[in-house]
Amino acid sequence: MSAQLLQYLFSGLTVGAIYALVALGFSIIYNACRVINFAQGEFVMIGGMATVSLIASGLPLPLAALLAVGATTLVGLALERFAVERARGASVVTLIIITIGASILLRGLAGLVWDKNLHGLPTFSGDRPIAIGGATILPQSLWVLGVTLVVVVALWWFFNRTLHGKAMLATSHNRLAAQLVGISVRRVLLVSFGLSAALGALAGILIAPITFTAWDVGVMLGLKGFAAAILGGLGSGPGAVLGGLALGLLEALAAGYVSSAYKDVIAFGIMLAVLVLMPSGLFGERTAERV
Amino acid sequence: MGIRRMFAAFARPLSIGAFAIATILPAHAQQPIKIGSFLSVTGPAAFLGDPEQKTLELYVDKINAHGGILGRKLKLIAYDSAGNADKARTFVKRLIEEDKVDAIVGGSTTGETMAVIPLIEQAQVPFISLAGAVVIVEPVKKWVFKTPHTDRMACEKIFIDMKPRNITKIGLISGSGGFDKSMRAQCMQVAGKYGIEIVADETYGANDSDMTAQLTKMRQNAQIQAVLNAGFGAGPAIVTKNFRQIGMSVPLYQSHGVASKEFIKLAGDAANGVRLPAAALLVADALPFNDPQKHVVLAYKHDFEARYHQDVSTFGGHAYDGLYLVIDAMKKARSIDKAKVRDAIESTRGWMGVDGEFNMSPTDHMGLDLSAFRMLEIKNSDWTLVK
Repeated sequence: MSAQLLQYLFSGLTVGAIYALVALGFSIIYNACRVINFAQGEFVMIGGMATVSLIASGLPLPLAALLAVGATTLVGLALERFAVERARGASVVTLIIITIGASILLRGLAGLVWDKNLHGLPTFSGDRPIAIGGATILPQSLWVLGVTLVVVVALWWFFNRTLHGKAMLATSHNRLAAQLVGISVRRVLLVSFGLSAALGALAGILIAPITFTAWDVGVMLGLKGFAAAILGGLGSGPGAVLGGLALGLLEALAAGYVSSAYKDVIAFGIMLAVLVLMPSGLFGERTAERV
Repeated sequence: MGIRRMFAAFARPLSIGAFAIATILPAHAQQPIKIGSFLSVTGPAAFLGDPEQKTLELYVDKINAHGGILGRKLKLIAYDSAGNADKARTFVKRLIEEDKVDAIVGGSTTGETMAVIPLIEQAQVPFISLAGAVVIVEPVKKWVFKTPHTDRMACEKIFIDMKPRNITKIGLISGSGGFDKSMRAQCMQVAGKYGIEIVADETYGANDSDMTAQLTKMRQNAQIQAVLNAGFGAGPAIVTKNFRQIGMSVPLYQSHGVASKEFIKLAGDAANGVRLPAAALLVADALPFNDPQKHVVLAYKHDFEARYHQDVSTFGGHAYDGLYLVIDAMKKARSIDKAKVRDAIESTRGWMGVDGEFNMSPTDHMGLDLSAFRMLEIKNSDWTLVK
C-alpha cells in the first residue's frame, strides 16, 4: 500500500469517525420519535465551545470535557422537555421544524454568550505525528478513532444488554406495543435526546484540537453527519458508523485522487446514487407498504 | 445665544445683507464641512465596517477638538449599508442629494463600492473607497480613489521574497471564499512576471476540517519548492498544522489574510517558520525606529486602543488614511470646492499613512507600492521582520 493512499485513509477515517458520532446522534433520536433533529450539529458546537471556555476559566482538560458533555446533555434534555415534549401529538414535520428553530436559537445564543471567533483546544496527548509506513497520523486522530470505538461498543451493549436500552429499541419498533407493555415512551424520548446531545458534545470535543471550533461549526458538521446517517440508513446503528466512515473516506480519496474542488460533489453524488438505488440506505430497514 | 441663532436662521433665506452682518456670526463659519460615509457596520462584513466607523468618529472628534480645518468644524454623516450593495446606492444618493456632503469616505466591501461608482461619477464628488479589489481603481475613474492595498500586491510581495530563496515552482492551495478566490486569480496572473510557475493548484471548502489529502498530493509532487496558501479564517491554520503533520519540509507562505495574532494562537507551534506579507500596523512595535512609517502606525494604534479598548485592525487603518487624504487635500486646496479637492487628492505625493506611503497620480488612484507590505516570518510564535 502506498504511503499516499495510507495518508488518505488516515485522514478519511479521522473525519469519518466524527461524522459517525454525529450520525449516531441523528439515528438515536430518529428511532425514538421518527424526528430528524437538526439541532444535532449545535450539540457538537456546544460541546467544543463549552470545553474551550471551561479551560479558559482554569479547569483541567478532562474535567472541562466532562462538564461540557454534561452541560450539552442538559441542553439536549431541555430541548426535549420544553420544545419537543410540549408539541407532542404534532406531526413529524412540525417537530422537525421545531428542531430547526432550536438550532438557529442555539447558534445565535452561542454567538452572544461566547464570541464569534475561532478557538482551538490543546491536543489530549501531544502534537508529535506518528509515522506509519511513510504516512503520518496525529495522536489526536487515534483518540478520535479510539473513543468512537469505545462509544460504539458501549452503545451496542446499552441497546442489547440493558433493560433501558431494550425498552428504547422496543419503542422504535412499535411505539404502541411498547406503551402497552409498560414502557414509558416519554422517558425514552427524553433519554434519547440526552444521549444524542452527549454523543454530539463528545464529537465536538474530540475534533476541536484538530479543526478548531466556533459558534457556527455545527452547521456543516450537522449536515455531513446527517448525510452519513442517510447513507448508512436512518435509524441503523451500524449504518450510522459505516456511513460516517464511508463519507469521510470518500471525501479524502476524492480530494487526493480526483480533485479537491469536487470532493464534496463526489461524496454527495455517491450518496445520492445510493439513495436512488437503495432508498433506505446501506443498512436501513427495508420498509414495504403493507396492503 | 438663542436670539442669535434665530437671526442666523433668518439670515440665510434673506440672503446676505446688512442684517446678516449685524448678527456678527459669519454664516459660513457655522456650516461644518460634511464628510459622508456608508460602511458595513453590521452584517457579514461587520469586521470591516465596525473599526472603520470607529476610526472615522475618533478622528473627526479629534480634528474638531483642535479647531477643525479651514476654520470650520467637520461633520461626519455615516450610514450603515450592512454589506448590501442596494442599500449602499440608496445611502450614497441620500448623501449626495439630501445631505449635500463635500466628500465621501466609505464602502467597506468591493461590491458596495462598485455599486455606487456610477452615482459618484455623475454627481462629481471626491470619493475614497475602503475596499480591497483592484477593479475599483483599474481602470482609473476620475472621482474614485482607494486606500487599502490589493491582493495582487500581496502575491507580488511573496513572489519577490521567493526569488533570493531560488524558488521558481510552487504549489498553490486556496479556500473557496471570495477573498481566497480573488487572491488565487491575482497570484496566477502575476506569477509569470516574477518567473514563478504554479505547478499545483489545490482548493478546500470553507468548512473543511482536514487538508492532509490535498497536501499529501503536493508532497508527492517533487517539483514543488514552496507552498502558498491564499485564504483567511480557520482554513490556513488547519493547512499549517496539516503541513507540519505530514512532515513537509519546503517553505510555507501564507497571505495577509491571516496576519493577526489569532492565526498564531490557532496554529500553535506549526506556525513557526511560516512567512507572510502584512501591513506595517500589525508589527508597529517591531518596526525599526528609523522607519518613516513607525510613528504614524504607532500613533494610530495608541489613539484607537486608548478610546475603544480593543485591538486595532488594518481595516480601521484604511479609514484613517481615507479621512486624512481628504482633509489634507482640502487644506492644500484651501477650499472645499469638489473639483479642487479631487485634483489635490490626485496630486498627493509622499504622504505617509497607516497603510504606507501614498503617491497618487492621474494613472494611479491608490498610490501605494509594495513597500506598504512587510514580509514577516513567525519565530517563537511571534512576528519577526524578514530583512
